[in-house]
Amino acid sequence: MGVSNGTPKDNGANGHGQTTEPVGRHPRGEGERSDSAVVGKPFVKVDSRSKVLGTMKFADDLTLPRMLHAKLLRSTEAHARIVSIDTTRAEALEGVYAVLTGRSMPITYGILPVSQDEHALCVDRVRYIGDPVAAVAAVDEETAEAACRAIDVVYERLTAIDSVKTALETPEPRIHDYGEEGNIHKRVDLEFGNVDEALASSHHVREDLFFYEGNTHLPLEQHASLAEWHPDGKVTLWSSTQTPHYVHRALAKVLELPPSRVRVVAIPNGGGFGGKSDIFNHEIVVAKLAMVTGRPVKICLTREEVFYCHRGRHPVLMRFRTGVDERGRILGMHSQTYIDGGAYGSYGVASTFYTGALQTVTYHVDRYKFDSVRCFTNKPPCGPKRGHGTPQPRFGLEVQIDKIAADLGLDPIEVRKQNLVEPHSMTANWLRVGSMGLGPCIDKVVEGSDWYSKFRKLPYGRGVGLACGSYLSGAGLPIYWNDMPHSGVQIKLDRSGGVAVFCGATDIGQGSDSVLAFIVADVLGIDPVDIRVVCGDTDLTPVDLGSYSSRVTLMMGNAAIEAAERARAPLAEAVSKKLSIPRSRLVFGGNRVFDAENPETGVTFAEAVQFAETSIGTIGSTGSYKPPRAPGRYKGAGVGPSPAYSYSAAVAEVDVDPETGLVAVERIWIAHDIGRSINPTLVMGQVEGSVYMGLGEALMEAMEYRGNRGVVHKFPSMLEYKSPTTMEMCDVVTYLIEDPDPNGPYGAKEVGQGPLLPIMPAVANAVFDAVGVRVDEVPISAEKVLKAILAKAEGKDGRYGPAKTPAVEWHEPHRVPPPWEGGDGRAIDDPKHMPVPLADPSGHRYKHDMSGD
Amino acid sequence: MLRLPDFDYYAPSTAEEAVRVAADHGPDAAYVAGGTDLYPNMKRRQQTPAVVVGLSRISALREITGEASSGLRIGAGVTLTRLAEDERVRAAYPSVAYAASTISTPLLRNMGTIGGNLLLDTRCNYYDQTYEWRKSIDFCMKRDGEICWVAPSSPKCWAVNSSDEAPLMVALDAKLRFVSPEGEREIPARELYGADGINYLTKRPDELLLDVCLPPANGWRAAYVKLRRRASFDFPVLGVAARVKTAADGTVEEATVVLGAVHPSPRIIEEAGAVLVGRKLTDEAIREAGEIAQHLARPLDNTDFLPHWRKQVVATHVGRALAGLR
Repeated sequence: MGVSNGTPKDNGANGHGQTTEPVGRHPRGEGERSDSAVVGKPFVKVDSRSKVLGTMKFADDLTLPRMLHAKLLRSTEAHARIVSIDTTRAEALEGVYAVLTGRSMPITYGILPVSQDEHALCVDRVRYIGDPVAAVAAVDEETAEAACRAIDVVYERLTAIDSVKTALETPEPRIHDYGEEGNIHKRVDLEFGNVDEALASSHHVREDLFFYEGNTHLPLEQHASLAEWHPDGKVTLWSSTQTPHYVHRALAKVLELPPSRVRVVAIPNGGGFGGKSDIFNHEIVVAKLAMVTGRPVKICLTREEVFYCHRGRHPVLMRFRTGVDERGRILGMHSQTYIDGGAYGSYGVASTFYTGALQTVTYHVDRYKFDSVRCFTNKPPCGPKRGHGTPQPRFGLEVQIDKIAADLGLDPIEVRKQNLVEPHSMTANWLRVGSMGLGPCIDKVVEGSDWYSKFRKLPYGRGVGLACGSYLSGAGLPIYWNDMPHSGVQIKLDRSGGVAVFCGATDIGQGSDSVLAFIVADVLGIDPVDIRVVCGDTDLTPVDLGSYSSRVTLMMGNAAIEAAERARAPLAEAVSKKLSIPRSRLVFGGNRVFDAENPETGVTFAEAVQFAETSIGTIGSTGSYKPPRAPGRYKGAGVGPSPAYSYSAAVAEVDVDPETGLVAVERIWIAHDIGRSINPTLVMGQVEGSVYMGLGEALMEAMEYRGNRGVVHKFPSMLEYKSPTTMEMCDVVTYLIEDPDPNGPYGAKEVGQGPLLPIMPAVANAVFDAVGVRVDEVPISAEKVLKAILAKAEGKDGRYGPAKTPAVEWHEPHRVPPPWEGGDGRAIDDPKHMPVPLADPSGHRYKHDMSGD
Repeated sequence: MLRLPDFDYYAPSTAEEAVRVAADHGPDAAYVAGGTDLYPNMKRRQQTPAVVVGLSRISALREITGEASSGLRIGAGVTLTRLAEDERVRAAYPSVAYAASTISTPLLRNMGTIGGNLLLDTRCNYYDQTYEWRKSIDFCMKRDGEICWVAPSSPKCWAVNSSDEAPLMVALDAKLRFVSPEGEREIPARELYGADGINYLTKRPDELLLDVCLPPANGWRAAYVKLRRRASFDFPVLGVAARVKTAADGTVEEATVVLGAVHPSPRIIEEAGAVLVGRKLTDEAIREAGEIAQHLARPLDNTDFLPHWRKQVVATHVGRALAGLR
């Protein structure tokens, strides 16, 4: 069994061709631009050889002379006050160079400015089993480990909180002394149009509860960092991080050093998936240990520690009330999410908004209300995992749509297609949608899977299910407030014809280094192998915010086009002068700059650089990118906007064993609206990787804790945290829909996260088709399926899922009129709110194109 | 990474020498063959032998001798890969080869041995954890602590026998040959396994397993069915080994049903075998045997999956094992 691919590249209805006007940010040709020689072609990744041959240096492969090894002592209590820490015995051990406790680094940090709630080492309180309490630098790992065991910590145990329900019922003791109140970290109450009214006037209203269990990234590479302190007062940190810029800021803050003396180098990650996007204790600790000992210090976490770093999928309990008309068109939706955040803030405030923000970008929701609460619990902190906060509500939404279709006797495909958001439109919560290729995606997988000869027609035990999804191509706002570019690219041309490209982006395996080389090569008409990529180094590269929110191809790509165009200009000028050919006739291609009308007349690329350098001096250029301003002006409008949204649809075919409830996914057909592929092979790799990760979430992955055993992680190991092996991986048929987006480089949109989203609900819907029971939970494990099958056989409800939500005192929502109800993007309680008179008061629900805003 | 504790390593080239080294160090010594179980346990400080006696240089342990008609003798050091691929084993004892092929992953089967699998330390979700993890629950009675977290009121340890070959060897009535300074002795597989997770073997620590003698392959057939979440890597959460001997017309003359991975030892379900004798393997007979086994199975919360579900599916898996022998 393996992964088979269908049509490698399939143009959608609005397929991009040479005859159409280029859409998206295309490089402006100096004259008649030749066809893309690199973009859209399956070039090999720039780092593939070193990865395949095992010569790629990951962070743990780095060594420096006189290097020490660090280990962290982690809490064995879920929630406790630190009464005392005695490091005497540890310090006395031979080979131990330094022992640190929290007192040495009293300044807090956190990835979000609103959640600066972490200490490099716990100061007076531990908040989960695994919270770092002390650190040792020693001559080797064994000695460091022995020293950690020789540190005596006295704890005074506090009530440990293991769930949202307990958190809401237990305001004291508070896990943190900030947040909304008690153990509520964040609450959101937003309403876009009167939803109660919409539901009251609906033909049919469905209310459903869903639960999505937490799960973790499980990158193969364990986090590792190496720090060096320079005698001139500077520190360098090499780390497996997705966000060197944010680590840079936090290091400077906690170490109390000017940022100019801190250098963070992101080492290629052996898998990230969002799990290396925070600032981690060990990164700050090794830097501090290097400062204290004057020696390089390295740490590589154990697999168990990676589970404790976590920052993965939040467990979310959900309640959706959705009202539709006779044809299944959505008139109103009220979604409530109850989020288990774990012990720290992390990206949690953003995650909270994300459990509601993207519910409106696939299907038109006329009026939308969203309530959410995120609680602190004494578990490793949750954060951003592939899809960040959106797979949970997407699961609920896609399952609920199937249920609505079944209630009304409608075709679930048709219900979805009727509800599709229009391209270049606005949503009720003020997100501006650009290109929108979900319709062609649905058509493609329906056709490819032979849906209509299978759905409700396969024998008992076999079934098909369809679901859709959408994701951001980069967050519209940075993590800390500023008006500077989100991505910068610098280019240096040298006389040899070599081109060095500098960017702060980090390659986490997704291929961003390659995308950067491909785009620059395409614009300059040279071969990608002639490009040297320097990435993710805060000393050498301009800032890119990081490899998160699927932002890199779009933002770095646009910055790269700008930089490359600017680098090309002086070359064109010099060649034009030298050969007496008007600039408008020059073409950059095939490592040459030549006359479009007489292709033999031209110079090599290296000669072009030499002419330009002779004429104006050293050649370099910069480019940068900042997303367009989002139209929403309400509190919370910062989460959800993106320059472009990708779309995906998937059909899963499953085989359910009715005697055991075990589910096997046989095959998945998936179509992804990529806008345009910069490299179709890399795009398909991301699609297939998303399917694989989605299968794990759908069927088995779960971060489970034993609430009755001190909230200990049930089994932090790769053997017992169940994630699919190659034996569980299904066949995948991938279709790429190319409908270029005006904001994307060459029209490209994201692919790193979106294709994950439809997998879990597609499997759930297929299980229902196979055995007629609903598992309204993820993972869809055998126990749950069998329980529902047995319940159904006894004449009870053939459903497994949550039955109630805990009591929350919701606040009065901020009311923001949708664009078609006279809104101006602000909440009506905002003093600046100015209702906009409606041009067409009848406000036909499918005509609200606000893209000219 | 997790680091091994310090230990002295010996690499004897004969069984006699291995036994002598082990005897010299008494309870501080442990034998190691493939190391796929012992070394991870040592990294987690579940076992901390000061002396490790490596068996990989003892070529005599790697032999497969004899004939199927009189019984095959499999050296304790035969790797699981070889056991799964050996033509003689596959022809005469296909269930033994199959069970070996299901153990862990291809890489670990290249190292792991039949001896190691049969003498596998019992497993438990509260025990197969690092020292720090176990410290956070104040340890358990199998190592460093007082209580059995799986059954806190229990005076005994409920760690599970998770070997795939053990239930088969019990079903087949295989004999195991051990050597110690006191000489050789044979222990039937049916008498090898103890009743609790700590005293899970009746052999003494200094006794070295030399080989396993499979009974003559004449007139009986056996099957093994393994339940686990993933088709690779995972230990069983339920193993069913079944052996039947039938008359020419298909009437069952002897039947043994053994459950693995639900108790501290492989368990013969006598009543399930008895209900089949004198009958053909009809759906009805198979169903009855399965229900008896399900009734007697006592899975606890110490492996993957919920124990309630593991019990619920016993009859189905016993049925699948027996149906394969029709």
